[in-house]
Amino acid sequence: MGEIDRASPEILKELEALRKANAELLSEISALQKQLQGTVEMSSKPICIDGPNAISLEHNTKFFSQTQHILYGSSSVQESVAPSEAKLEVGSKARANINEETPNSQGISVAHLENDWIYEDVGGCIRKSMGNCERLHNLDPYTISRYSRQLLVPAFGVKGQENLLKSSILIIGAGGLGSPAALYLAAAGVGCLGLVDHDVVELDNLHRQVIHTEGAVGETKVKSAAAACRAINSFLKVNEHYSGLQASNAVNIISKYDIIVDATDNLPTRYLINDACVVMGKPLVSGAALGTEGQLTVYHHDDGPCYRCIFPVPPPPDACQSCSDAGVLGVVPGIIGCLQALEAIKLASGTGEPLSSRLLILDALTTSVQKVKLRGRNHSCIVCGDAPQLSRENLHQFDYEAFTSSLMSDKIPQRKQMLPLSYGVSCKEYKRRCEEGELHVLLDVRDAHQYAISALPNSVNVPFSQLKERVPQIQDLAKGIDLEVEEAYPTEVLAQSLRPIYVICRRGHDSQKTVQFLRSNGFPDTFDIVGGLECWTREVDHHFPKY
Amino acid sequence: MTSASIESIETAKGAGFENHRIRVSVLMFAKARELAGLSEVSLEVDEGATTADCLKILVSTYDKLQSITESMVLALNHDYVENPVVVNDGDELALIPPISGG
Repeated sequence: MGEIDRASPEILKELEALRKANAELLSEISALQKQLQGTVEMSSKPICIDGPNAISLEHNTKFFSQTQHILYGSSSVQESVAPSEAKLEVGSKARANINEETPNSQGISVAHLENDWIYEDVGGCIRKSMGNCERLHNLDPYTISRYSRQLLVPAFGVKGQENLLKSSILIIGAGGLGSPAALYLAAAGVGCLGLVDHDVVELDNLHRQVIHTEGAVGETKVKSAAAACRAINSFLKVNEHYSGLQASNAVNIISKYDIIVDATDNLPTRYLINDACVVMGKPLVSGAALGTEGQLTVYHHDDGPCYRCIFPVPPPPDACQSCSDAGVLGVVPGIIGCLQALEAIKLASGTGEPLSSRLLILDALTTSVQKVKLRGRNHSCIVCGDAPQLSRENLHQFDYEAFTSSLMSDKIPQRKQMLPLSYGVSCKEYKRRCEEGELHVLLDVRDAHQYAISALPNSVNVPFSQLKERVPQIQDLAKGIDLEVEEAYPTEVLAQSLRPIYVICRRGHDSQKTVQFLRSNGFPDTFDIVGGLECWTREVDHHFPKY
Repeated sequence: MTSASIESIETAKGAGFENHRIRVSVLMFAKARELAGLSEVSLEVDEGATTADCLKILVSTYDKLQSITESMVLALNHDYVENPVVVNDGDELALIPPISGG
């Protein structure tokens, strides 16, 4: 104690100095803690990225030794998407700061620290990231927040999201299948989405092509779908391919993407996509839907088969109907399109087992889903076999329309004139004869469910498929016998010559076949109403419903 | 378009032999369903019959199916059939033509 007493003035001075230093350190620690809290709070704010040329690239910064994955929103976001404005303001401010303080003409990476965020200029684009946090991965706070619900899925996780953000996926067809596929892929956070379609949005698309709105009718499907995808995710890079897919451009377009989604509506394009995927080594997520049935599989993946391995011989053209002929319940392509997005996400992220060498079949009527095991790769396949005949060099010469005898579109082919012209009357001429009071029979040969949609007054529905069985009924009609009031007709009326028969259908194909059949089966006075009910709507009655 | 009814096809027994008969359930999808006019049919065949025999009977019963026999997946008990295989009692045979719509 005595020693302390002796040394006390010096020791007390030292103690006082230590106390001061300690207090300063404590306040520094507290300040740092506050900063750290602020950073955590800011993690919910949007990241501010924009740029005229939306690109996705890997970049080394001087702050982090790790490689950073950087995503840029596209310039069109600035013009049209209101919810992004606040975010873009921050971005512009950050950019202004950087431009003032550190001119960056050579695209060299420079960074600027503000409120714990690092604003980084990479080739004229701004990236904002969190500085003082240990980097376990390449996802920034905004990205973590945005995709947190799928980061929480153990099978997907950070690695899955990182892979997805780097992936590029091409969707061919922005219709019933492509709509949900594009929406989900955009929302899930793929890096780049390509959209291919050459059609415009039509009113009868809206019940199933849910990416398009009423306001988009008449607009190109690609433009409408791209806008919807950007509205969902402004960090997504969207490429718009307006030309549609043809043998001449397929290899070039497909080569730019990692994964291809076949969401088309016709047979020749399906073969073309398959061949281009095989020669370019891309996995193909194939979906199809018609009526109440859907099919899904992943081709050319993991030594699995390609489309040609399974269907080397295309079905006859009338065996592959389009939605405009056979109809489709909207939710069926919706389900298949969602499953296509799922398979594409699995492939891109490396999650689960893609549906390779297996075919999923959806039967909506019984709500049954079946999976059928498919064959492996066919070693004698002309495109993926051991001695392929098709290559990226010669694929553009293959005539896909001739191979499948059908058109690269689900549009209706031009009406073919099968009958001598004298066997037909125009819609206007038929109307004139009606107005003159000519006694006749009007046969409508569409299927009953189509007849129920809309029909001309006084027409009798005899579906083409039942024609042979119903000849006696047609005979009665031509004799003027109304089956329900048969006894009212005197015999002299029945003895009269047969009344002329006019035949109508939806577009004028089956009606011609019917005329041919009836003329060679005892009804020489039978005429085709040229062009069918679609023509009737066009030329005679604009109010007659078109479907 | 289609009915969910299950029809039954019974073919003539092999002449002169007392063959055992077995039943195979046939599922039709897409265009096959439309051409045959039904989605399911129960087929009675001789024991030892193959998938090719079954298809032959189906085509002779529903002749419109002929047009798509070259362009469809034939699956026995959910497994792709490449070459004809012998069917067993209670097997399920599926006719799956491609769909192209979207």
